[in-house]
Amino acid sequence: MTTHPAAVRSDAGASRAVLSARGLTKRFGPFLAVNNVDIDIHHGRVHALIGPNGAGKSTVFNLLTKFYTPTAGRIVLDGTDITAMDPARVARMGMVRSFQISATFGDMSLLDNVCIALQRPNHLSVQFWRPLSSLDRLRPRAMELLDRVGLADMAQRRAADLSYGRKRALEIATTLALEPRVLLLDEPLAGMGHEDVENMASLISTVARDCALLMVEHNLRVVADIGDEITVLQRGEVLARGDYATVSTDPRVREAYMGSEDGGH
Amino acid sequence: MSATRIDTAGMPARRSAAPALILLAALVAALLIAPVWIYPVFMMKLLCFALFAAAFNLLLGYTGLLSFGHAAFFGGAAYVSAHAMKVWQVTPEVAILAGIATAVVLGLVIGAIAIRRQGIYFAMITLALSQMFYFFCLQAPFTNGEDGIQGFSRGRLFGLVDLNDTMNLYYFIAAVTVLGLLAIWRIVHSPFGQILKAIRENEPRTISLGYSVQRYKLAAFVMSAALAGLAGSLKALLFQFATLTDVAWNMSGEVILMTLLGGIGTMAGPVVGAAILVGLQNFFATSGFPVTIVLGATFMICVLLFRRGVVGELAHWLESRKA
Repeated sequence: MTTHPAAVRSDAGASRAVLSARGLTKRFGPFLAVNNVDIDIHHGRVHALIGPNGAGKSTVFNLLTKFYTPTAGRIVLDGTDITAMDPARVARMGMVRSFQISATFGDMSLLDNVCIALQRPNHLSVQFWRPLSSLDRLRPRAMELLDRVGLADMAQRRAADLSYGRKRALEIATTLALEPRVLLLDEPLAGMGHEDVENMASLISTVARDCALLMVEHNLRVVADIGDEITVLQRGEVLARGDYATVSTDPRVREAYMGSEDGGH
Repeated sequence: MSATRIDTAGMPARRSAAPALILLAALVAALLIAPVWIYPVFMMKLLCFALFAAAFNLLLGYTGLLSFGHAAFFGGAAYVSAHAMKVWQVTPEVAILAGIATAVVLGLVIGAIAIRRQGIYFAMITLALSQMFYFFCLQAPFTNGEDGIQGFSRGRLFGLVDLNDTMNLYYFIAAVTVLGLLAIWRIVHSPFGQILKAIRENEPRTISLGYSVQRYKLAAFVMSAALAGLAGSLKALLFQFATLTDVAWNMSGEVILMTLLGGIGTMAGPVVGAAILVGLQNFFATSGFPVTIVLGATFMICVLLFRRGVVGELAHWLESRKA
């Protein structure tokens, strides 16, 4: 267990960096997808990772959650070097991710979806000899979580039958069941209708009070609204970082990204 | 967010176990009286294959893993049980346990290698490893090559009940099959079974929730292998022989066919599928008409007309009527 010097330095800031990466690099054959990226995710803040298509956002995301192994660089979670750990172990340490394509257990009820997440921390995942009723004690907590994302009244519905926006909300509820220290959301607002976007954005900022939150997002209006820190990627490298005002006035960012999008979506 | 009041008492209850209990009671009753009308040896063969298919379905239907090598567990256990009864002269229950133990060891080895890959690669690895086991059985001295192991007495269960009596044997095999099916039912409807279903539905998501899915897959694989081994041992006990047919790839194919025909991911599906297949085999065995053509046609009809399988389609029809 080692603490990265840079991570310690960032601790001196206003809030604690829960997740830090230094020199993060990923090659796919000859293609350099991510080059020497440094990033710090702080407790209680929403960190947005933005950039044009193909900038390497999703690769960084998959590297941080250990779904990809970095070619070079280090990742430190709460003082523990997780660079060589497998994704399930990282998840057990409290870093939970969502997926770009909504990830629910389609053929199960919403309640069961959330219960799946609750089973492991409650040591109810290997008992093949016990009846399903042994999971009943998880249900009040699961209902609370569903209520938090506004899905309590459809707890018995099949997840596959939900609308897209509600699937994303269910995914958040499932993720929150693990009481994550770090929450990583991959394009949580993609494909949502206007009303769903607003609900989800307010949910994200509420959730971020109790954990460190990183989201990859294209919707710059929402990023401007709820993002406390923003990292802009371009061609696999960090182009700029800071709050929205700083980033959006950076001439390089304007040229590379916002100039074409005019700060909105 | 919504202001729904959380009232745990008012929560809709989990689906009640009553229909399953009624089904079980009907099954037991049917098994008790079946020998009155149906030739017991046919019934016993059907039960062995029903258990085999149900064990296979635990893996395919509830974990989403398609194994093309289940004959290794079925046939391996059959060989060891037969060998135990013939050479070691043990009682049948000990021979069956020896068969299950063999299937568990084979399941651990084949499973540990196969679960590293997914989809078609998983299926191909299980096929390759089970074929290796087939050639081992072909060469190993204790299996008697093409002749197989035969000509042994079934002995007395716990040294008391003579299993050479057909009705004793029938009730023993029926009881063990029901227990095996109950074990599968329990595994599927357990906290562990929920995680298996989660893996089937979305493996990356299950990993991201902190589950080491490889361990769950291996556990499911070994459980399925053990129960397939139990079925193989019962079959060896029933026919008093174990041959290369039991470990050949055709056997792996047949169990897939039974499960698909009956309906994957349903409890009754594999049993119904086994009944259809064994029934057809028996019926056409004496007719002179090539049974493989009938099975092929049945499979094509199943794939084209009722892809959920017989039980799957029935359940779907009932659901849609309710809705």
